[in-house]
Amino acid sequence: MKILVPVKRVVDYNVKVRVAADGSGVETQGLKMSLNPFDEIAVEEAIRLREKGVVTEVVVVTIGVQAAQDILRTSMAMGADRAILVKTDDTLEPRAVANALKAVVEREQPGLVCMGKQAIDDDMNATGQILAAKLGWPQGTFASAVTIADGRIEVAREIDGGTEVVSLALPAVVTADLRLNEPRYASLPNIMKARKKPLETLEAADLGVDLASRLTIVSVAEPTERKEGIKLGSAAELVEKLKTEAKVI
Amino acid sequence: MTALVLLEVENGEVRQASRSALTAAARFGDVDAIVFGEGASAAAALPGVKRVLSVPALATDLAEPAADLLASIAKDYSHIVASASASGKNILPRLAGLLDVQPVPDVVEIKDAETFVRPIYAGNALATVRSADSIKVLTIRSSSFDPAPKDGGSAAIETLEAPTSEKSVFVKVELSASDRPELESARVVISGGKGMKDAANFKLLEPIADKLNAAIGASRSAVDSGFAPNEMQVGQTGKIVAPELYIAVGLSGAIQHLAGMKDSRVIVAINTDPEAPIFRVADYGIVGDLFEVLPALEKAL
Repeated sequence: MKILVPVKRVVDYNVKVRVAADGSGVETQGLKMSLNPFDEIAVEEAIRLREKGVVTEVVVVTIGVQAAQDILRTSMAMGADRAILVKTDDTLEPRAVANALKAVVEREQPGLVCMGKQAIDDDMNATGQILAAKLGWPQGTFASAVTIADGRIEVAREIDGGTEVVSLALPAVVTADLRLNEPRYASLPNIMKARKKPLETLEAADLGVDLASRLTIVSVAEPTERKEGIKLGSAAELVEKLKTEAKVI
Repeated sequence: MTALVLLEVENGEVRQASRSALTAAARFGDVDAIVFGEGASAAAALPGVKRVLSVPALATDLAEPAADLLASIAKDYSHIVASASASGKNILPRLAGLLDVQPVPDVVEIKDAETFVRPIYAGNALATVRSADSIKVLTIRSSSFDPAPKDGGSAAIETLEAPTSEKSVFVKVELSASDRPELESARVVISGGKGMKDAANFKLLEPIADKLNAAIGASRSAVDSGFAPNEMQVGQTGKIVAPELYIAVGLSGAIQHLAGMKDSRVIVAINTDPEAPIFRVADYGIVGDLFEVLPALEKAL
C-alpha cells in the first residue's frame, strides 16, 4: 500500500510574526520557514508504517512556491521515498488545497492519506476533512494512535473529554495530532541521500481544478495588547488584590 | 435568513460551548437546532431555538453520517454553525467539503452575515474575512460568545433518520472522569507547567481549585512530560479558554500556550524566573517557588 502525506511550509513555530503596517496580512519576508509540526508527525507515522511493513511507499506532496521544495527534501531526509511539488505562487485556502490534493490522489492512488490536523499559520484545521469529503473516504481526525489490519484502519482520536476509537475502511484520510508520535531528526547521511531522491514538479494550474478563494481578507490586525501587570510579594497580597482590585474571587 | 446550529448534549444538558454557538447563530436570524443522539428536549428548552431536528440514531458523532445528513438539509439554511469543539472541528469542515464551500473556523467576532473575525498564527494576528459562499459553514470560539440561557424556550421537535455506512464504525470511547467544571466553561482555571516537576505535584493545585471551583489545566510540556492527561492541555493545539481568572503555575508562557489563554480577564503568574514570558501577559505575578507559594495561597484563600 502506498501512503500519501501532504505537507505545508509555514513560518517556524518559534517565530512570533508581525502584522504588516498596512493591515493586509502578516510579514513573512525573511522569516525562518519550516515543515508544519503536525505534518512532521504525519511524515513520521508514514515512515513507521513502512518500517512495520504495512506500507510499501511513502510519497510526500506540497502545494506552494518553488522554495517549498525544502520541506519535501526534509521529509525525504526523514525517510519519505519521493516527493511531488505542486507549484503555485498563490496562497490557497483549504478548499482549493483539497481540490489540488484530490487530483494528486487520483493520479497516485494511495491506500491512505496521512496529514497534519492543522497548519500553524492559518490554524484552519479543515483540509483533511474537506479532502476526505471530496474523495468520499472516511476520516480519522486528531489521531493519537493508528493500527492497520484487514483492509481497515483503527484510529484513536483525541476528543474533548478523552479518547475515541473508530474503525475506517481503507482508503481513508487520517489527520495527526501531537500525541501520535515523536518525529525523528534527519541524520546528515540521510540529508545527503534525500538530495538524490526523486522530486517531481507539477504546475497547479495544469491540474484542471478549481483553486479560487472563497474568502477575501478584509484586514489583518494585531490583537489588543494587555496592559502591563504588577509583581506582588506574597500569596496573601495576591488574594487581597484578586478580591478588592480585580474582584474575581 | 435561517441558521442551523449543531448542539452537543452531554449528561442530558446542552454543553455550554454549544449554547455559545447558539448565541452566535442567532445573529443571523431564526435558528433551527440539530442534535445527534439523545437530548432533543434539552435543546428544545433553549430560548431562541425555533425547531429542533433530532437524530437519535446517531448516538456517536461520527463525521461521515453526520456530515451526509447535514448536507442533505443544508440548502434550507444561510449559515450552519457549531462550536469549535473536537466534534465541531471534525464534522463541519467535512460538511463544507460536501457542499464545496470554504469553512470559516474558530470565529471570534461576527461583523455581519458574511464578515467574520478569526485568529491566525496562534492568536498573534486577527484576520477579518468575507465569505462569498452561499451557505456559510462556521465554527465559533465559545469563549468569545456568551452562552444562551438553558431554558425558557419550547421548540417543536422533529425526528430525522440517520444514514449509516460500514466505511466508518464507532468502536469505543474512554472519557476521563472528573467532577470539576469543564475547562472551556470554568470561571476560574488553574494550570500547571513543567515547573510542577512531576505528576504527583499536580495534586498541589487541587485544594486551590476546590476553593475557587476551578478547572485544572496544563501546558503542553507538562502533558508531554506525562504530568497531566492530553485533554487538560491549554494552548493552540489544546483547549482555548478565556475564564475570569487564569492562574498559571510553573509555566513559562510559550507562544503555543498563550494562544490558548491570553484572552482570560485576569491572569496570575507564579514562576521562579522573573524573565518568563508569562509575566508579560500576567496582571499579577509572584516571582517565587511554587512549592512555597501554592501552600501559602491555599492558606490565604
